[in-house]
This record gives sequence, C-alpha cells and structure tokens, in this order.
Amino acid sequence: MSSSCPTELARIACAALLALAGVLPTARAQMQADAAWPTALRVCAEPDNLPYSRDDQSGFENRIARLLADDLGLPLQYEWLPDRRGFVRKTIGANACDVVIGVPAGDERLLTTRPYYRSTYVFVQNETGAAAARALRSFDDARLPALRIGVQLIGNDLAATPPGHVLARHHAVRHVVGFTVFGEGPPAQRMVEAVARGELDAAVVWGPQAGYFASRATPPLRLTPAAAPADPDLPFAFSIAMGVRKGDRAMKARLDDFIARRAGEIDRILDEYAVPRVPLAQRERP
Amino acid sequence: MRSQNHTQKRSAGSAGLLVGGLLQCALALAQPAAPADAPPPGEGEWTMPARDHASTRFSPLTQITNANVAKLQPAFTFSTGVVRGHEAAPLVVGGTMYIVGPYPNVLFALDLTKPGAPLKWKFEPKPDAGSQGVACCDQVNRGAAYADGRVFFNTLDNQTIAVDAASGAELWRAKLGDIRIGETMTMAPLVVKGKVLVGNSGGEFGVRGWLTALDAATGKTAWRAWSTGPDSDVLIGAQFKPFYAQDRGKDLGVSSWPPGAWKIGGGNVWGWISYDPELDLIYYGTANPGPWNPEQRPGDNRWTAGIFARRPDTGEAVWFYQFSPHDLHDYDGVNENILIDAELGGKARKVLVHPDRNGHVYVMDRANGEVLSAQPFVKVTTSSGVDLQSGRLRYEPTKEPKVGKTIREICPASPGAKDWQPSAYSPRTRLIYIPHQNLCQDSQSSQVSYIAGTPYVGTDARMYSGPGGHRGRFTAWDPAAGKAMWSKEENFPVWSGALATAGDVVFYGTMDGWFKALDARSGALLWQYKTDSGIIGQPVSYRGPDGKQYVAVLSGVGGWAGAVVSGDLDARDGTAALGFANAMKDLPAATRKGGKLYVFKLPD
Repeated sequence: MSSSCPTELARIACAALLALAGVLPTARAQMQADAAWPTALRVCAEPDNLPYSRDDQSGFENRIARLLADDLGLPLQYEWLPDRRGFVRKTIGANACDVVIGVPAGDERLLTTRPYYRSTYVFVQNETGAAAARALRSFDDARLPALRIGVQLIGNDLAATPPGHVLARHHAVRHVVGFTVFGEGPPAQRMVEAVARGELDAAVVWGPQAGYFASRATPPLRLTPAAAPADPDLPFAFSIAMGVRKGDRAMKARLDDFIARRAGEIDRILDEYAVPRVPLAQRERP
Repeated sequence: MRSQNHTQKRSAGSAGLLVGGLLQCALALAQPAAPADAPPPGEGEWTMPARDHASTRFSPLTQITNANVAKLQPAFTFSTGVVRGHEAAPLVVGGTMYIVGPYPNVLFALDLTKPGAPLKWKFEPKPDAGSQGVACCDQVNRGAAYADGRVFFNTLDNQTIAVDAASGAELWRAKLGDIRIGETMTMAPLVVKGKVLVGNSGGEFGVRGWLTALDAATGKTAWRAWSTGPDSDVLIGAQFKPFYAQDRGKDLGVSSWPPGAWKIGGGNVWGWISYDPELDLIYYGTANPGPWNPEQRPGDNRWTAGIFARRPDTGEAVWFYQFSPHDLHDYDGVNENILIDAELGGKARKVLVHPDRNGHVYVMDRANGEVLSAQPFVKVTTSSGVDLQSGRLRYEPTKEPKVGKTIREICPASPGAKDWQPSAYSPRTRLIYIPHQNLCQDSQSSQVSYIAGTPYVGTDARMYSGPGGHRGRFTAWDPAAGKAMWSKEENFPVWSGALATAGDVVFYGTMDGWFKALDARSGALLWQYKTDSGIIGQPVSYRGPDGKQYVAVLSGVGGWAGAVVSGDLDARDGTAALGFANAMKDLPAATRKGGKLYVFKLPD
C-alpha cells in the first residue's frame, strides 16, 4: 500500500481518496491489486499498563499509535483488555482489533513487523543503598546472594523473567522477592519504588518499565544493563516490533513502511519515556 | 513430529507395566460397607458428589445389574445452555435433581415427579464476568452439596452460596476470595457437622491455598486453614502429630521456602474432601507449589502437594503427609481420598486410598498418616517409588525440568497419571475404579513470550500418549494387592468420574461422548451410548419417585483436557492449554461443545 501513497504530505489526502474507492473505477482496480484500505486503525491494548498503555492514552505505545493513525489518515480505535491469559486470542484473534503496538519481534502468535527498538533487562539500584559502592552489572557478582533483589514473575505459573532464572541458577534465592502481575499498579512500579524506599537493594527490571519508573523516583536510581550470563543460555535483550494478524501482509507492509519513515519521531517518543535502548541487530536495521 | 516419534518408539512391550510390579504388602481388605458414612443419605439419594463422606461413589441400588444393563435406554435429557466443560455430579434429594453448571454457575432444580423432569426453578448467582479470564483450566464447577434442606455451591468468582432446596431462594452468600489476584473457586463443597468446607484455586498465579469452614446456617467463617505460612495460619498446634520426621517442627510452612515465598506458594484446595466420623477427621489434598519453576523455591515447600487430616470443628491439623515434596512436575495432591476399612496382616486397619497425580496409588493408615503402600498405576519416569521408611518420594534427577534444557519423556505429564476425575470403590469387588490419563511430555525452552509488556522465555510442555499410544485408561485397581485387576484403553484421557453400583456395574464417560457400562469384575463392556458432547462429568445413580433406578451424567466437553474444544483454542498451537492441546489435536473433530444432562433407565 505504501506505493500508492508515496509522500508523507499526500498521505491523508490519499487515504481519503482510497476511502472513496468504491465509486472510483481506477482506484478500485488499485484496491484489487492491493488489500482493502481499512476504515480505522484498530489497536489492541492494555487499559492499565504504563509506561506502555493506559485507557487515558498516556502510555508511549498510545503515543506511537496516535502517530501511526495520523500517518495512515485513519481514526484511532482501541480494544482494551488486560494481558493475563489469551490476550492475542481474545483481541486480534476475535477480530476486535488489528494491531498490537509492542510485541517481541518474531512472536509466534502474530505476524510481526521489523523491530523499532531493542531494550534489555537492567539492574535498578539505589545510589545510597548497599550496592552503591560499585554498581551491579553481572550475575557473577559475588555480592548477589546476600542482596535483597526484586524480580518480575509473570503470566501463567508465574513464569520467571530471565533474571529470575539466572538468580536461581546462581543460588541467589534466599533474598529474592518475586513480584507478580497482580497487585496495586504495575509490578515494575512496585519494584522500583521498593528500591527507592530501600526495601530492596536492587531490582532487575525489563528496560522500558525500569526507565520510566526510575525516572520518576526519588532519590534518583541508577540503571545498568544486565549482561546475560552463559548459564542458563537465556536472552536478556529483546527487539520489539508491532504485531498484526497472521496473514495480514498488507497491514504489516503499511506498518513496516511507517516504522522506516517515522523512526526519528518514534525514537523521540521513547526518549520522552526514558526507555533504555541497545542497538538493533544489524539484520534488523532499516 | 517429535511426539509422534516418541509414541511409536514406546508403543511396544510396555502394556505389562500397569499390572506389573508385584506388591509385597500383606494387605487384605475386609468386607466394609463405607464405614465412614454417617449419617448415610437415603439409599436411593445422591446428596453429595461422592455420594458419601467416605467418597466411594458406590450406589447400593440393585435394579440395574451386569445382567440387564445392556437394555439401558434414555429416560430424559436436559440442556444447560452452557458450552463450557461440565464436571459436576447431579444431586438427587427426594423428588428433585440439582445441577450446577460451569460459569455462570446457574443452579437448576428438576422435578423428577413429573414426566420428562421439567425445570422446577433455577437460581442465577451472576458471578463477576471477569472471573472467566482468570480460571486456569476452563471455567468448570465440580458440583453442589446438599444438607438439611439447603443446597451449597461455589461460584467461579469465589462465592459460596446457600439456596433453599425447596424454593430456590437464596439463604446466604459468602465472598471468600479475590479474582483480581487470580483466585477462583471450582471445587464442590463438603458439609460436615454443620459446616460447609470449601477451598480455592489459582496456584498458577501464586494464589495461596486455603480450606475454609463456613457455618451452614449463616455462612459465617468458622475457621480458615492456610496451606503455607506460619503454624498459626496453617492451624497447626498441640494435636499435630505427623507420622514422618520431616513434617515435624515449628513453622515448616515458612522455613521450607525461600523467605516470603510461601506468600505466593500455592497449595490450593480445589479437589476433594472426605470425612471419617469415627476418627472425627476430614481429609483433603493440597495442590502443587508455585512458581512452577522449582529452581526458584528450594526446600520442601510445605504444606503443598500433600494431604492434611484435620478436626472439622476447629480445623486443627492432626497429621500431614507430602506426596511430592518440592514438587517438580505440577503434581497437585488434590485427588480423592477413599476411606475404607482394611485388614492388614490379620489386623483391622482404617485406611485411605489415594491415586495421586505422581502416578502412585497410596494406601495410608488414616488414623496416623503412615504410608502402607504406594504402587505405580501408569508408567512413571519421574520417580522410582516411595521409600516407606522415610515416607519420601524418590525423584529421578534426570527428569528434573531445568530452564534452557530439553527434558524428554517426563511421565506422567503435568496433568498427572490422573487429575481431578474421581474414582469409585465397590465394597462388593473391593476394587477401586480409576479413570485416568496415559500421558507423557517433553519439556523445553519456548519461543519468546510476552505478558503485560514483559518479555521472557518460558518452558513449553508438549504432551503425548504414553505406552500403547492411547491417551486414557479406566483401571480396576486392587488396593490390597497393589496392582490392576483389569484396565481398559481409551483413545482420549478419561476425564469423567467413575460410578460403581451394587448391581456390579461400573460407569464412566469418554471425551468423545460415549457413556459406558462395564462389568465390575471382568471389565467387559456391557453397554454404551453416544451423547452429543464429550463427557467429563461425574455419573450418579438414584431411585426415582417411581421406584426405578436411574443413572445420570452430564455431557459437555471441556476442562483442562477439553479446553481445546470448549475454549476454541487453536489446536495447531501445541503449547495451548499449557501443552495439553498438543495431545488433543483430534478432539475438535471428535466432539462438539454443549452441556446436556442424560438420564438412563431400564425399559418398563
């Protein structure tokens, strides 16, 4: 579809033109060659999951969705559902929406776009706390077993995040505190606040959440990327893409085009939300 | 492909496993008649899912026999209008039948005195719709309980409700848990000495397990016994005398965990409760510990994956035994405990029989919690039996799941050798009739997953059929000899309950919809009837107002095993339903969803 709307300035007009395709024979021919242009950008999102999304549209994925909708010249519609069990099945799968703004690149449940950022798990530390003398960077740090460390426990059967598994493998379990998705506010927020209050010496938090909540904490907290150890062999950095319904190649093509053209603006939004990033893999770059 | 290869590899030469393994236990069962059952319901009634407090699911009615059951025919049906899995047992009190369905947990009363058993009334509890997204394994309900003119049942959103059995009017409701933390209720209450005993589900979300006793008259909480935490929470006090040394000590529900982990430790109480009025003890199992990844919770993780004996008046614990200490494989200990009197070396002994998810049938002294025998009833690779000296399960270390490692041929698979589906006991044959699975699984790192904006690499389980290539069995087990007398293969897991009758017939249903009657002694198939949906309910038998014996069962596929149909899961995703979908890819072609009661009788 990108080929039919070559310039950014012409995009809104072009979309309006395509909306009239039903009465324009030449445009209809174009429609048949391509997939039907949608009448709205229907986004699946969580209603209370900052920094990503919230039903008042204050999350950075809400901001990217707005940028995308304006770019495509489409009204923005949301299908809200907490991501607990069957999120994809009950949203995109039930045809209630067409786009998830943030998913890991290659997520098997969806057709994913090229990634638009890559982040990593980070150590969040209180600069006045026990770990202050020398920032934690590695799971081989001999101080780990003695420190009170928060990790995220997520999803069904409390699946551990990579740091949770690594800490267990490094015999750091006596003082590890698991934070589940259930509770008042996002678990990352509760973890970061516990570090700020000195109840935890450190937390190992997924980057976007760590960056957002740490930037709002007092006293200031220190963030250092957590290097992946050799055992177990688990990734700590993930590339994040958009996701569409499997087979919806037309929408994927639109989103890929958007990500390539508006990368600068997407980056600025991520900066505003203090999302720590690491470089995309070479093959993932535009 | 992988699982198919495995199935083929193992298909030969393992049939002997079920009947193999000679038991040296000198255990002879006497001729008991459900001794713990007091006061018994009327002979023709069925007032609780297991029929009696001893949990025998044995009907003393004798009109239907192994000689005439072949003539059984439908008497009437009733559609519940709900498409989720129907696991409940119908109750019959006087001339009324009571059925509670899966979410939205409507309670139906059918008038058995009128032709076709028309609806007398229905009670709609209107549970919170949000509870649907929380329940782990379909939105099932395992049944109601009747006592003193009241019907008690639980709703998915953690309410216990008492309804007037005659009018259908609500008497009280008690809110006991919080769906916002992932907590639900699916189990059937048991009424003991004026108390309604209920427990919670939700261990996969870190919900801490409990059993609660409510005053049957008012719904007020009399006591609550937690499954983890300090002794004061677990109601462990001066009376507590566990048989094995490892279960003695102060606050083991705290010290057998990393600090604070017991708060999200699971040990939920979503299975069955039994009661022995002579010993004045209730018995129930606790579910697996959380989180599932065992590396994060070193220790025995008490009091999960075990069995408690408690006083019904106060909840005080009397003994505990842990089937699966530091559970590695999701082997909940919640399965039924059947109370029977046994003769051991010429000496009368009160035992309980418990077929566990870990693959062993336990015979225990129910007065003190001693394990008398524990024999495998399916292929077991995860352990090599129980050390009867220490009482500990002997784990096989090579089958321990580890992140980043692929482990093959974990038997039994996560749903266990059997899951919730309750067995029956016939005092005439002295056999336990066990509906169960025959499943193994491989465990390996999954692709990247993402929940609530957090990426991680989980563990995928892929289940497949065990030895023989069939996924289910219905086994007649001799608890005295510790071996199977006969065992019937079933294509799908047998996810229904069992019923035994004094006519020497046993009944069960299959997930592709067959309701079957077998000879209790030989296992010969005597009769079968194809219902509209797969059967995962609990069959019962009663005497109708016309004096005739009836057999009733709910059809309506679902549950963890059947969620691939009732929940419209993608059968191509082998890891759906926590890996169960991989083993059930052909179920959607074999049956359709929809709840319906079927009632059968002999021709006039």
